[in-house]
Amino acid sequence: MSNLRWKVVTILVVFVVFVSVGVYPLIALHYNVHQPSWLVDKALKLGLDLKGGVHLVLRVQTEDALRLVTDQESERLREELKTKGITVAKIETPDPTHIRVEGVPPAQDATFRQIANEITTNFERGSSAGGTYTFTMRPNIQVNLKDEAVVQARQTIERRVNELGVTEPSIAQQGENGDQILVQLPGVTDVERAKEIIRSTGLLELKIVEQGPAPTKEALMTNGKVADGMDIVPGAAGGATADAGTVYYQVKKVAAVSGQDLRNARVSVDENNRPAVSFTLSNEGGRKFGKVSGENIGRQLAIILDGRVQSAPTLESRITTEGRITGSFTQEEVQNLSLILRSGALPATLTYLQERTIGPTLGADSIRSGVLASAVGLLLIVSFMLIYYRFSGVNAVVALIFNLVILLGLMAYVGAVMTLPGIAGFVLTMGIGVDSNVLIFERIKEELEAQRGVRASINAGFGRVFWTLVDTHVAALISCAFLFQFGTGPIRGFAVTLFIGLISNLFTSIFVSKTLFEMALSNRHQVATLSI
Amino acid sequence: MHLFKNTNFDFLRWRWHAIALSWVIIIAGVVTIWTSGLRKGVEFAGGTVVIEKFDQAISVQQVREALDKNYVGGGKDAIVQSTGDPSANLLMIRVPQVGAEAGASLGVEANKVEGALKKAGLNPTRQGAEIVGPSVGRELTSKGIWATVLSLVGILAYLAFRFQFSFGVGAVVATIHDLLITLAFLAFFRYDMSLNVIAAILTMTGFSTNDTIVIFDRIRENLRIMRRDSMNHIINVSVNQTLGRTAITSGTALLTALALFFFGGEVLHGFAFTMVVGIITGTYSSVFIAAAIVSLWRGDAPTRAAAHAHVMSASAPPPQQPQRKQKPQRKARAS
Repeated sequence: MSNLRWKVVTILVVFVVFVSVGVYPLIALHYNVHQPSWLVDKALKLGLDLKGGVHLVLRVQTEDALRLVTDQESERLREELKTKGITVAKIETPDPTHIRVEGVPPAQDATFRQIANEITTNFERGSSAGGTYTFTMRPNIQVNLKDEAVVQARQTIERRVNELGVTEPSIAQQGENGDQILVQLPGVTDVERAKEIIRSTGLLELKIVEQGPAPTKEALMTNGKVADGMDIVPGAAGGATADAGTVYYQVKKVAAVSGQDLRNARVSVDENNRPAVSFTLSNEGGRKFGKVSGENIGRQLAIILDGRVQSAPTLESRITTEGRITGSFTQEEVQNLSLILRSGALPATLTYLQERTIGPTLGADSIRSGVLASAVGLLLIVSFMLIYYRFSGVNAVVALIFNLVILLGLMAYVGAVMTLPGIAGFVLTMGIGVDSNVLIFERIKEELEAQRGVRASINAGFGRVFWTLVDTHVAALISCAFLFQFGTGPIRGFAVTLFIGLISNLFTSIFVSKTLFEMALSNRHQVATLSI
Repeated sequence: MHLFKNTNFDFLRWRWHAIALSWVIIIAGVVTIWTSGLRKGVEFAGGTVVIEKFDQAISVQQVREALDKNYVGGGKDAIVQSTGDPSANLLMIRVPQVGAEAGASLGVEANKVEGALKKAGLNPTRQGAEIVGPSVGRELTSKGIWATVLSLVGILAYLAFRFQFSFGVGAVVATIHDLLITLAFLAFFRYDMSLNVIAAILTMTGFSTNDTIVIFDRIRENLRIMRRDSMNHIINVSVNQTLGRTAITSGTALLTALALFFFGGEVLHGFAFTMVVGIITGTYSSVFIAAAIVSLWRGDAPTRAAAHAHVMSASAPPPQQPQRKQKPQRKARAS
């Protein structure tokens, strides 16, 4: 008897806890009640497909990160060979992971090897063939660089999204190679701005103009080729007026100062009162910049943003930490640009693979039909169980409602997200959840027909069916786990809903349902019949 | 109340008919898929979908004409259909084109479609859009296939561990059967293979084994009690004994799937359809296919050895077989 009392107390406590976590906040929010906030704040979150918002999938071009390192190391090698007085025919980077050096003089072969070993530590040196060496980036370095690039890109996107002021964004890595980034921005309506800000590389480079500006690329080339270690970068002519045509500048491949040396960026105006972005360099960046600007007074400094010269002012004095990017910007552009610069450059370019926009009206429609389907499903199941199992049907219905309450409560508690397919999972949980009760009740019926007593039949029914239920639930959980692994966003929501529903169903169909039977029988000493 | 009381159908006698019927549907499905293909949803095929709201009722034909006139790709490859509540004037327009993945131009086709509608004097407001580049579909397809295969292997392994290997085979063959039949029906009724449909298919693989497990559990229990009977007789008795609960459990699941189908809204239509077909074929295959496979796999031999193999896993109290009031030798459990 006291055993039964404890079971009832346990069930009531569980019920009250899950109702207050899972159901109360939903009802409270529907009627605009926000008290108590410690409960309401935990309300079950709605997914993007119900709330509206933007869902973006981007791929990080991790090759870019490899190319950057390869370029840097080949330039360092070039500089070092120059200072050591070794003249080679050519140093080039045919692809993002290889450096090729041609025409190493045989007499200086040993010295070359020594220098190369010191500098290109990330590379494997191939054997010499007629003074030609090929350096291949080590595989582990490649993997590390790629991973780092994705992580950095994710962090950069996080900073940018936070600066955009989106509430509850979700940013995650995904994809077979782990090189995709999923960005979910609930409630964002200005999709184009969000996309542009997220994708902009935001790479700021300060380089001394070696040659130019020239009206065509070809004018800066020698024999139709770009000089070793140099780059030709386009920019707007005149800098000040828009659409004045494109001009080209020849600059060194490797930047004197880059966005990594940046400490801050903010909106300001130039001397003509047009929108501009001012930036401050870190101490280290300032030292480097001071050296470069001091040595090159009278020459042009190219301020390059994402591979385009924004302006190329003439250096009139040594500059250390302060600079300004001018050009023909609108007010909105400088706001976006300073945000992008502040959040740091992306280590690699990003491409969009997928974008989904759900307007708030569509989401509301989905919620309406989801709620309707749930109500109809519940009604059908409840009527069937009450008609077919009569008094015991009440037991099943109580267990079912318990199941749904626990499902909602657990989802809210673990911070799972309710999506439209999740609602489908919720509805299916009703239909599949009562299956456990059906199996138990049918077994009890069978035992009753075999002329065993009511109590014994109930015990046997629950006892026998227990392992069948475990088997069916485990099989369903297996497919659920792979479903979770397969899906993103809404489908994950579905898998989570089903998963939690299955587990709570085991509890309610076995523990709750049995206790209800025990309660019903506890007042009677001799039970001859059972309404089932 | 009793749905099926003391039935005594000879299900195994009908197994060849059942298997033949299944093959007919599956082959018809394969032919349909071969000739007209499974329609791929935008997540798999790539492309651009926009959902536009108009300030007045606009026919599908008007949209097509607008696209033919003002959109580069024309209206012939476009899928245009009304969606949601008819009074809401919502139209879904899908074109196979998609902007380049590089750059922020992925969504450029959506703007072009919208531009074409505006140029034709229609007044659309965008309610939603889905734009998928070509590389997403490839990855999703392989992920979807892997998830299905691995979940089947997982179920096979679990059932082989809990029952005998032949039971695992029976359940998995039945599930593959359900999968093929469902695909066939998706092809007959020209549903898009969307992410939601794949989710429903995966869910089905888990749940279509439920009825099968219930029947197998009963076969296992009867194997211990009816030791002198042939395997086929035991299977028939077991299927008959569990017929009521098979019908009821599938029925309740079907009720909720139907509620989703009729009231769950446009987005869940394909999902609900897949579940409805999956539940029906899952029940059918549990009764007619799964047990038949077990019988074919391990033969009709007397069952002594089989009962031996599972003493270990038994832990529940002794079963009481209602039909036969004999005390079993071993502990067992079943429903």
